Amino acid sequence: MDIGPYLLLASLEGAVTAAVLALTAVGLSLVFGVMRVVNVAHGEFFMLGAVLAWWVTSLVAGHAALGFVLALLVVPVMVGALAALADMTILKRIAYDPERTIVATIGILYIIQQVTLMTYGPDARPVEPPFNTRLALPWIEFVDGKPHIYWPWGLSTTTYKLGVIAAAVLVLIGVWLVMAKSRIGLIMRATQLDRDMALAFGIPVERVYALVFGLGAALAALAAVLIVPIQQAHYLMGGDPLLLSFIVVIIGGLGSLPGTVVAAILIGLSDGIISVFFSPTLAKILATLLVALVLVFRPQGLFGVRRA
Amino acid sequence: MSDTAKTVALHGGLLALLFALGFLLPAYHHGNLARIMVLASYAIGYNILFGYTGLLSLGHALFFAAGMYGMGLAVQYLGLSPGPALTAGLVAGAIVAGAVGLLALRTAGVAFMIVTLMFAQAGYLTVLYFGAFTRGDEGFVLQQAQRVLWGIDLSDPVHRYFAAFALFATCLAAVLWMVHRPFGKVLIAIRENEDRARMLGYDVFAYKLAAVILSGTISAAAGAAYGLLFGYVGATFASVQYSIFPLLWVLLGGAGTVLGPFIGTLFMFYLIDLSSGITTAYMLIAGVVLVLLTLFAPQGLAGELRKRIWRGLP
Repeated sequence: MDIGPYLLLASLEGAVTAAVLALTAVGLSLVFGVMRVVNVAHGEFFMLGAVLAWWVTSLVAGHAALGFVLALLVVPVMVGALAALADMTILKRIAYDPERTIVATIGILYIIQQVTLMTYGPDARPVEPPFNTRLALPWIEFVDGKPHIYWPWGLSTTTYKLGVIAAAVLVLIGVWLVMAKSRIGLIMRATQLDRDMALAFGIPVERVYALVFGLGAALAALAAVLIVPIQQAHYLMGGDPLLLSFIVVIIGGLGSLPGTVVAAILIGLSDGIISVFFSPTLAKILATLLVALVLVFRPQGLFGVRRA
Repeated sequence: MSDTAKTVALHGGLLALLFALGFLLPAYHHGNLARIMVLASYAIGYNILFGYTGLLSLGHALFFAAGMYGMGLAVQYLGLSPGPALTAGLVAGAIVAGAVGLLALRTAGVAFMIVTLMFAQAGYLTVLYFGAFTRGDEGFVLQQAQRVLWGIDLSDPVHRYFAAFALFATCLAAVLWMVHRPFGKVLIAIRENEDRARMLGYDVFAYKLAAVILSGTISAAAGAAYGLLFGYVGATFASVQYSIFPLLWVLLGGAGTVLGPFIGTLFMFYLIDLSSGITTAYMLIAGVVLVLLTLFAPQGLAGELRKRIWRGLP
């Protein structure tokens, strides 16, 4: 087998990573864009989504799809509500000071993570996918100048993985519609543009902040519910999504939603492809250094425009 | 009493007390206090940057680990004796701090926090990547024979205590001296108002770089000493947790005070020590304390002391 099928397989795996990453990172980007704070606990909201998805599906008897759909509907709301509560009780009281917010969200990170460890335990637990059919994929090879279709061994994906990609695309379109077309989106954009002016026009900025913080966390939780049938739920699983989301948000330009999505696809795909050919640790080292250097030399991100 | 006399009495008193405790404490707390003094030295290093210069770094584990691995690898693979190995750790810390400072200081505020976090993460992953030498998470143990400094066996508890005491006393005295020198006052000026300090003609970048290197070198000294005194070098000390700890200790004790780092480390160490008897999820305590501190006591314990009792507390 030549390199082509490997690349296709890697890009398919990468596309799933990219889809989930885009959702998580858009959540982080939204919070940063509107509230101008960095939420270090974002990865823990992701983890909480996965763990709660396991809990909800374990409560429901019957077909796997039943519990999964319920989790898909309920879990993001639960996590979003928790995040909004954290916003109102903690972040509001420190007046969204950027540096103190980071310290406070580091505290929230440990609280969520350790409470999960105390209640859910240290085990990784699987969630059954609602549908899961293996799809073998063909590959075209040229033998003596003539095309020849064959089915390479191991080149396959599952309907569920394709479903994850489709669901992520739908949600992202939904987020874009809300931000661009709806009244609440208009209010959020107004708050992002000029907090004081929005306040002067009677926009309840504090409630908008709580909503945005909740929405950001809910997006992370949703991404986690989608990925948990492929990856198991574990109390330490929040670290990687946090790091990758940071990378995506910084590369895409802080606070820019389209930039975030483009960067998520770029990073997700290259992560899938690079880790097929190189050591994943080395890939992570290079990605981390790259991001640090982007922040140092091009703080507006690779796709962002420098603000005046 | 004049302020100088009070300062000398307070800090000298603490050091005298710690010296005396070296003979009095039962074995368990004796060992704990040795550990606390080394970690408090790390916190003192962190405080120079965070408390006095106003730069919040989330990547100090990189400097701590640079000292620890600079010392540990030199002993393990180059067969150096502890004296030169400690120097190797310090030099490694200073070089890493200089490089990080040159790059990270081009940013400010939140970007500075993220850049330092990213560099430290890259450092942690590098330690894991070269697992053949560093043995990754598992780490490696320094044998007793490798830990004899100038004929003093540092694996002996009494020697270890006084070695830790010497390190802590040196760091404390150095910072106390620094804050009374023009250099320390310029750092505080930068913390209070960077633009005004620049307008007064100070080269702000050079001062900040010096603060990063000084802070990183002291952190590296603590890291190297930790590895040597407790005979273990592992990747845990390079992880994010060890970047968060000094922030926690300094915040709890009081940022920008000389005694704060020690008070914070002492409190946090015993808080975690006591709670780990009840639950394995001891980092929960760290999380709760962090949130409560940001909410109710951003000045920390020594900061409250300064506000209520003695305004001249250095």
